[in-house]
Amino acid sequence: MNTWFDTITLLLILSNLALLGSSQLGFCIKVVAVQGIALGLLPILFGSAEWSVHAIVLATSALALKGVVFPWLLFKALRAADVRRETEPFVGYVLSIIFGVVALAVVLCMRSRLALPVSADLRLMVAIAFFTILVGFFLIVTRKKALTQVLGYLVLENGVYAFGTTISSEQPWLVEMGVLLDVFVAVFIMGIMIFHISREFDHIDTHRLARLSDWNQGETEESNP
Amino acid sequence: MTLALVLIPAAAALACFVIRYDALRRALLVATALAHLAMTAASWMKRPAPALGGWLAVDAGGLVFLSITSVLFLASALYALGYLKREPHGERKDFEEGVLFTNAPEAVFTGCLLFFLATMTLVTISQHFGLLWVAVEATTLASAPLIYFHRHDRSLEATWKYLLLCSVGIALALLGNFFLTVAASAPGSGPIPLVVADLMAQAGKLNVPWLKAAFVLLLIGYGTKMGLAPMHTWLPDAHSESPSLVSALLSGALLNCAFLGILRIQQVCSAAGIEAFGREAFIAFGLVSMAVAAVFIIAQTDFKRMLAYSSVEHMGILSLGVGLGGDGIFGAVFHAVNHSLTKGMLFLVAGNLLTVYATKSTARVRGILQLVPASGVLWVAGFLSITGAPPFGTFVSEFIILKAAFDKGYTAVAVTYLLLLSTIFAGMAAIVIRMAQGKAPEDQGPSRAEPLLALVPAAALGAFVLMLGLYLPPFLGRTLHEAAIMLGGS
Repeated sequence: MNTWFDTITLLLILSNLALLGSSQLGFCIKVVAVQGIALGLLPILFGSAEWSVHAIVLATSALALKGVVFPWLLFKALRAADVRRETEPFVGYVLSIIFGVVALAVVLCMRSRLALPVSADLRLMVAIAFFTILVGFFLIVTRKKALTQVLGYLVLENGVYAFGTTISSEQPWLVEMGVLLDVFVAVFIMGIMIFHISREFDHIDTHRLARLSDWNQGETEESNP
Repeated sequence: MTLALVLIPAAAALACFVIRYDALRRALLVATALAHLAMTAASWMKRPAPALGGWLAVDAGGLVFLSITSVLFLASALYALGYLKREPHGERKDFEEGVLFTNAPEAVFTGCLLFFLATMTLVTISQHFGLLWVAVEATTLASAPLIYFHRHDRSLEATWKYLLLCSVGIALALLGNFFLTVAASAPGSGPIPLVVADLMAQAGKLNVPWLKAAFVLLLIGYGTKMGLAPMHTWLPDAHSESPSLVSALLSGALLNCAFLGILRIQQVCSAAGIEAFGREAFIAFGLVSMAVAAVFIIAQTDFKRMLAYSSVEHMGILSLGVGLGGDGIFGAVFHAVNHSLTKGMLFLVAGNLLTVYATKSTARVRGILQLVPASGVLWVAGFLSITGAPPFGTFVSEFIILKAAFDKGYTAVAVTYLLLLSTIFAGMAAIVIRMAQGKAPEDQGPSRAEPLLALVPAAALGAFVLMLGLYLPPFLGRTLHEAAIMLGGS
């Protein structure tokens, strides 16, 4: 069981760093898919003592949604929008990775201070879950493309999911299903939105979606090439 | 019956996607609104039994917010009859930028409207934190297509911001829920269910640091949805770009629902004896929201955005009232009722103005009183009510909050509150009065006949607020007090 946890923890860390450092949208979608599959396996690994129906249903639905349905929807949106790479994010890729490493260090330092009702193994997983949440936030804030923002949101949601499955084995499964369902519909709607954005403007650059603002009426004009 | 409150609108929503006739769908919309209001009224007579093992129950706080939602929805549904008749199918020109756009299919609009009602109802009657979270997320998903009814680029931008910001907020709220789970996993006695009543009964066993962390995350998460500054940035866009009746529902009903989510966790916190912890955060968020709203109202050139910022202001007042505690909580609950009715009325009237003038610019709308006198009177009355002028109910509730601030010794807070209120009054007066007075532009032609369906819902809401200022029916006062006490006030 320990090797499994180590593998998943390592996968989460590496995938987050890969997301921070890559400009290829297609690659990023694949990384998020891998992350989703790793997380989907989590509930089964915990329940190894008792293979409950709850754990299996949760794991299969998480695997199907996070590993297959979301990436498929996002690839569809990517094709519809016809862009392959993210150009010029607000924060460069090298700086992003440095942020990632610093965040990882901070989270690992915090790990020992958390008063959690879980074992030391799981405490590491909780710390990595927080790391994933931070990376998700960072992606949403610093990337321009609507698609990468959706990816960031998924990473954020993955982090929350990892935290939830790690600490709360008593949570009624209805709530967990609700989580998955909501994420599913959110991504579904966001996929449609990306499609519309690309059709409306021939681009999916949210930075240019800045007409409705009380602050920078002049600024948007000059940033449009 | 508790279950029926949610299931009937949901079933009607599904039916809307199947029905092929516009007239039938519109009839169904109004019928469902009436049925919902009837069930809500019945809940006032006798509280319905809890359902789903106590996960769904109508308590005093939930009942107040449920009634606001129900009344406002009926007004909006009636308004929608006239509105949808005026909205042509097919391509047409956007009056601001001249781009061509089409509306979303009417089936989607009506269906989502009903689904929106179902989800908001679920928020108000959820007693379980997990279910509450699912319901709040569902309101976002049901309302996004409503904001994107006019399919042009500005509404798309508004919808995008709304979806992204509220989803991030809701993700934080979920994390807050998990923290709450940790706080409720008391060692020895086993986990406490996340039902409000259970948590309150065993509040002593809750792990305080985790409860505090959960409170902060839920406050920020649901606060984003509620439109508290500085997480309010989606609000002016969504409220100004969506159809007016949707703006009325977003502003009057949805923001309250998010507020209820925050009140629930505050309820648990006060049972655990750490209500003072949240108090300063509530006061700070309240004053910051009011200040941000004041700044953006003064220089506003778009009257729907002005109303949206006014919502940010009033959410700030609610937050402030809760932060003050004691009578302030009663004031906040009462103010939620007054604000919702008034803001619903104002957005519906704004919709009328939009139809007549075809512009949202405050500079180009002149002479409302001359051109459309009935809407003009409602517009000015709505302005007086929203800025807290007597004898409207808003005046009473704002005054109760002010008094609570002085009573509790928060003199600086009270003075700031008064200052911000008067700034906003002056800022809105400059805009609204100029719009109402004067001569209508030449090209608008002579004064027009106004359809009854565009006036009656707004007038009824206005009359309601006026009545609340002069006479608070005892049954309503009792329930408001009960809600305030439930939330740790008096």
